[in-house]
Amino acid sequence: MMLDRPSALRILAKALALFVALNVLFALLNPLPALGRLSLYNVVWPGRARLPYGDDPAKSYNLSLFDLNAMFASHELAGATKRDDEFRVLLIGDSSTWGWLLRNEDTLAGQINAMRLKTADGRTVRAYNLGYPIMSLTKDLLVLSHAVEYRPDLVVWLVTLESFPANEQLAHPIVQRNADAVRALIARYGLRSQPNDPALVTPTFLDRTIVGQRRALADWLRLQAYGALWGATRIDHHIPQTYEPAQRDLEADSSFKGMQPPTLPKDALAFDVLDAGIRMADEAGASALIVNEPILISPGRNGDVRYNFFYPRWAYDQYRALLQAHLAARGVAYLDAWNLVPQEEFTNSAVHLTPKGTRLLAEALAGTITGRR
Amino acid sequence: MLATETSPSAAVGRLVLDQARARNITLFVASVLAAYALQPAMPIRQMDFWLPTASLALAVIIWAATSPALAAHHRPDRATLTDAAIIGGIVLGVAALRFVEPLEGLITRTPPPAVPSVLVALAIVALLALAAGRILGSRPAWTTILVVGLTALLFALKFEPLTQALAATLRAAQGQAAAQASALDVRWLGFSYIFFRLTAALRERASGRLPDMSLREFVTYAVFAPALIAGPIDRPERFVKDLRASFAFNWPDATEGLRRIATGAFKKFVIADVLALFALNEANAAQVQGAGWTWLLVYAYALRIYFDFGGYTDIAVGIARIFGVRLPENFNRPYLKPNLTQFWNCWHMSLAQWFRAYYFNPLTRALRTRAWAMPAIVFLGQVTTMLLIGLWHGVTPNFAIWGLWHGLGLFIHNRWSDFAKARLVIPPERPRLQQAVNIAGALLTFHFVALGWVWFALPDVALSLSVFARLFGL
Repeated sequence: MMLDRPSALRILAKALALFVALNVLFALLNPLPALGRLSLYNVVWPGRARLPYGDDPAKSYNLSLFDLNAMFASHELAGATKRDDEFRVLLIGDSSTWGWLLRNEDTLAGQINAMRLKTADGRTVRAYNLGYPIMSLTKDLLVLSHAVEYRPDLVVWLVTLESFPANEQLAHPIVQRNADAVRALIARYGLRSQPNDPALVTPTFLDRTIVGQRRALADWLRLQAYGALWGATRIDHHIPQTYEPAQRDLEADSSFKGMQPPTLPKDALAFDVLDAGIRMADEAGASALIVNEPILISPGRNGDVRYNFFYPRWAYDQYRALLQAHLAARGVAYLDAWNLVPQEEFTNSAVHLTPKGTRLLAEALAGTITGRR
Repeated sequence: MLATETSPSAAVGRLVLDQARARNITLFVASVLAAYALQPAMPIRQMDFWLPTASLALAVIIWAATSPALAAHHRPDRATLTDAAIIGGIVLGVAALRFVEPLEGLITRTPPPAVPSVLVALAIVALLALAAGRILGSRPAWTTILVVGLTALLFALKFEPLTQALAATLRAAQGQAAAQASALDVRWLGFSYIFFRLTAALRERASGRLPDMSLREFVTYAVFAPALIAGPIDRPERFVKDLRASFAFNWPDATEGLRRIATGAFKKFVIADVLALFALNEANAAQVQGAGWTWLLVYAYALRIYFDFGGYTDIAVGIARIFGVRLPENFNRPYLKPNLTQFWNCWHMSLAQWFRAYYFNPLTRALRTRAWAMPAIVFLGQVTTMLLIGLWHGVTPNFAIWGLWHGLGLFIHNRWSDFAKARLVIPPERPRLQQAVNIAGALLTFHFVALGWVWFALPDVALSLSVFARLFGL
């Protein structure tokens, strides 16, 4: 098609006008949340066994994105019809729950499902992995706020002290990029985080246009495309042949997040977020089970000062005591599994377990889960 | 003072002439600069400067060896000296950017070498060009020596052990550890295509068909920026015709060029890049489970390579079109063709035409004079042509098998066509039957080509065979 100058200019002007109009419309309508719910997963590709997360997409066929709607739409939970005889267990937590350096069948959810547990009333336990490799209770709450749509019977929330510091609750991109949802949670549950905290990203008008959202759109598209390789290989995490083992020899540093012994102030920890999650599960008709996840107890140098890279002993001991007392006062089920796993069953971090270590935790949880109604 | 009158048509004519001259200088300078700017950085120091310089050096030397004007006069004329000075000036200018800190990374990725060593290199190139002009200029048949030299260089760059040895030598020359040499150290941007253009010029010169091109025209042809990375492969006589045609910026060409660029960008950056996420590759070939999923990966690869390469071609053709250069097309709906012969008439057409012109036709002509039987001529011609096309992508068993796959496929189709022509004629009154046969043929051809990509996409035979086994549930 050959165009003369007036025609070419007319087409360019129309294209420019259309481009501007579409961008303005996109910014006004904000279709991303709705788009996120559109997914090839559970329709063309099988649903993912854990939430999308990947720092090496070319090897893991997975990627990190901030669109929780798209993340959940890609999860097998979104495509699972709950049968009457299903006892639905949702596992919420950090990278340990997600299963860092673990294949899906070796994650906590995978191992619980492999046990083919039955509850006392005969229902089949079906666990779903909703862990996400970020240590923040507010991130967990955000995930849970989406997860409760899926009719859980039990929410198992695996926590550790690193997720608790109140002043770090908003310090993670996935929390910051879901500012409206986080603000809604703050308002609804009276959380101590400030809704106008500058860490929470408030997009400008330009940010909300197609141009501003091009990364989010590309991520959504790439998530759909990677579904083919997820289906073809069942790989969603690159597990290297070798890795740097978790640090055993430690610095003689007794500080924790700038805090010094002897006292870990309770108000420095985000118990308000924990309470919100328990309430949220209750509102959804599910029970909550809080699990203090296993940590590496280092046998190496300065093991008398610190348990591991993350935790000085004094802070962690006080955290355990605070958590136990807090949950006992509210009558919430609690499993303290902190020293359940021997040190040789940790991989590259003080909270990442080997398949065998995960198995120990799954077995410890099995009794608690099946005892519930 | 005398008043001069200029007719409107003469003024327009001068404007067109000026635009053409400005366009040609722009293309010349931009192409030389693009050779540096597009070259990626490499682990060997300064290679991102020296390899583009080598591309230009080859172009200059081969121009000297093929220029009838230079051969006739034995010395460069003023225009040639001007062009040579522009090239030398650009090369020195790029090297001199090392002294201008804010502009250091503007053209080359890493700091260029010291100016004295560049001056020495330029002097060597000038001497070699003069020698080539003197020795080969008047003996066109001797240009075969340069064809052999270029082919040997291409082979060294495509055959991993040799590339590694070359990398080790270059590392040692730069005072770097030769033991760490890798074939990936020498990634000479665009050389595969420069090879075709320079070889075409040498063959055309040998046969007396090469037009008398100025140094500027020849260098622009050899490293033409839009087609530097991935073609299309133009022929010198066609390219120079465009450069010499009158040119004035015009909207029809500009809009058509922009349309091709936009189409190409969409094909490459949207369709191909998304398909690339799940197209067959070395890693996923070993991981994929089940025949259905394996087919999906193979289909994705087949479409990806088409949209990727087709997208690049559209962009190249579009950019050139804006400047009044009509590069040859590379693709014409190849996956919709009803047989393999038509597929190869519509896939990477400029490459196929190059091989047809400079290898297949001369070979088959030579075999005919020796009274070979026609099937034998076709067999040898098609199989060896496709084998060479395969090996051009890389001297590996898999690329060789891919070439043989297509060579044998073409031969079988050739024989089948001969057989069917007389026996299986579809009457014109049965168009639906013809349509059904065409559709079946297209499906069969597409699957033959797609399965061929298994050899092409994977690095070794064992992995390819395992993919075939999975595809067919073996």
